[in-house]
Amino acid sequence: MFWERQIEKMPRKELEKLQLARLKKTLRRAAKSPFYGQWFKRMKWAPERLKKIEDLRALPFTLKEDLRKEFPYGFLTLPLEKIVRVHSSSGTTGRATAIFHTVHDLEAWANLVARCMYMVGVRKTDVFQNMVGYGLFTGGLGFQYGAERLGALTIPSGSGNSKRQIALMKDFGTTVIHIIPSYALHLIKVFEEMGVDPRKDTKLRIALIGAEPHSEATRQRIEEMYGVEAYNSYGLSEMNGPGVAFECPEKEGMHVWEDDFLVEIIDPQTGEVLPDGAEGELVFTTLNREAMPLIRYRSKDLAAIFPEPCRCGRTHRRISRIKGRSDDMFILKGVNIFPLQIDTVLMGIPEVGTNYVTILERENYEDRMIVRVEVRPEFFRGDLRQLNELQRRITEALRSELLVTPKVELVEPDSLPKSEGKAVRVIDRREM
Amino acid sequence: MAHQISVFVENKPGRLERVTEILAKAEVNIRAFTVSGTYEYGVMKFLVDQPDRALEALRSHGISAHKREIIAALMEDRPGGLYRIARIFGQRRINIEDAYGFVIEDKKQAVLVIDVEKIGEAKKVLEEERVAMLKDEEIYAL
Repeated sequence: MFWERQIEKMPRKELEKLQLARLKKTLRRAAKSPFYGQWFKRMKWAPERLKKIEDLRALPFTLKEDLRKEFPYGFLTLPLEKIVRVHSSSGTTGRATAIFHTVHDLEAWANLVARCMYMVGVRKTDVFQNMVGYGLFTGGLGFQYGAERLGALTIPSGSGNSKRQIALMKDFGTTVIHIIPSYALHLIKVFEEMGVDPRKDTKLRIALIGAEPHSEATRQRIEEMYGVEAYNSYGLSEMNGPGVAFECPEKEGMHVWEDDFLVEIIDPQTGEVLPDGAEGELVFTTLNREAMPLIRYRSKDLAAIFPEPCRCGRTHRRISRIKGRSDDMFILKGVNIFPLQIDTVLMGIPEVGTNYVTILERENYEDRMIVRVEVRPEFFRGDLRQLNELQRRITEALRSELLVTPKVELVEPDSLPKSEGKAVRVIDRREM
Repeated sequence: MAHQISVFVENKPGRLERVTEILAKAEVNIRAFTVSGTYEYGVMKFLVDQPDRALEALRSHGISAHKREIIAALMEDRPGGLYRIARIFGQRRINIEDAYGFVIEDKKQAVLVIDVEKIGEAKKVLEEERVAMLKDEEIYAL
């Protein structure tokens, strides 16, 4: 079950020694980039001052804004002739950012993704369909190279084109898919339309799901509908993309590959480092990247570290399911709400369909939250009373979780806009 | 046995149009229908000549439809026709969830469509009281 037994089961002491050695190297390398060169000079802090891992806490954080300001080349430690790949964020929420890779970086990344896939049982004999976007988005190419490294036949189907995806699965006998969870839920309807039952008419056995926060209830739905084992995948483009943390077969948290990433949890308000077990923002330092090392990069993703040893035998610490991005949190009537909380409640109610959307509005200086929910056709029993009861039940379940009362609207199946990439689950129409 | 098709729809323009268009294309004839609902959504109920065909056509268009057994009781189209049946249910403490009626032949016969929870019991008392009930085929033949 181990891709690299020696590394995955490395005793903590040894692993920390490896981390320290790699961290020193990373700092020295980072100092060659225009950004970090200035940074160290300004702080009058030389990389040689780092004696133990905790000394890193003396350094400030690297922020997304820094990446934007230095776009495109301010973080490079090597001349362009050594660089072979760039991935760039879409820039939908601000200016674009770019992450660069050398040949070594790409190989190390592919190895991490292969390690994740092997861990959950993907083998050379599998047929792997990579159903996410290729191109500048890291999910497509990241898994492509990882799966090829592992040796599985890889179908670069990309995102969208649902009917073709299903045809490919049947034609090639796909056994493993990589898919965004909200798209997996949507695709089930297309299966139904085509009269194909993924449990009986395909050879699917494993789904790798990631790229957006999702609840345990969503995972269970996907497992049940597709007849697969589904594993949570975590990554961020600033740390290559996929392959940062991944669930093992125990499905109790995701192992962070600590040989390649140093992970810290901080209080997002104060920046203070929190002990294991506490929930806060994930902060990463690359330990094995040449072109563009990043030091104490704030991910904005909220999670907790589980320090306890895992039954699977891997020593790399686990993180919890991502609760959301600190950016995703919204405040309604003074209450902090994460979209994932809504997902957990809705996906736990069997009558609720696969798509829903939350709309925030402001009317007469008062905020309100509307949750539009598709109703699963097979649960409809033909009377209004049942619908009214369902509406009340959803409202009450949301109220008890969120502590504010939403307005729940039941809508027809397949009537909400569907997404083939990351789903838009919250639309904020309030004008600030 | 008689059946009715219920459809879940959002309350917005064009919904009845869409549903009836599907039924028209499937060549299903509607004998009677009702719409009930709240401000946001509602349920349309159709008494049709071919319930299975209607159900299949609606579902294949992704519409939430359900087939459910109802009672189609024949009553006389004259004063006291509805009262007679209502009294039977009232005396036996059977609650009517939903009901609607339509006339087949002016001044002669009308049909009362009744949706009750305890359908078995309701049918039994109507039989005892010799109230005629229509089957799907008989509705088709109307």
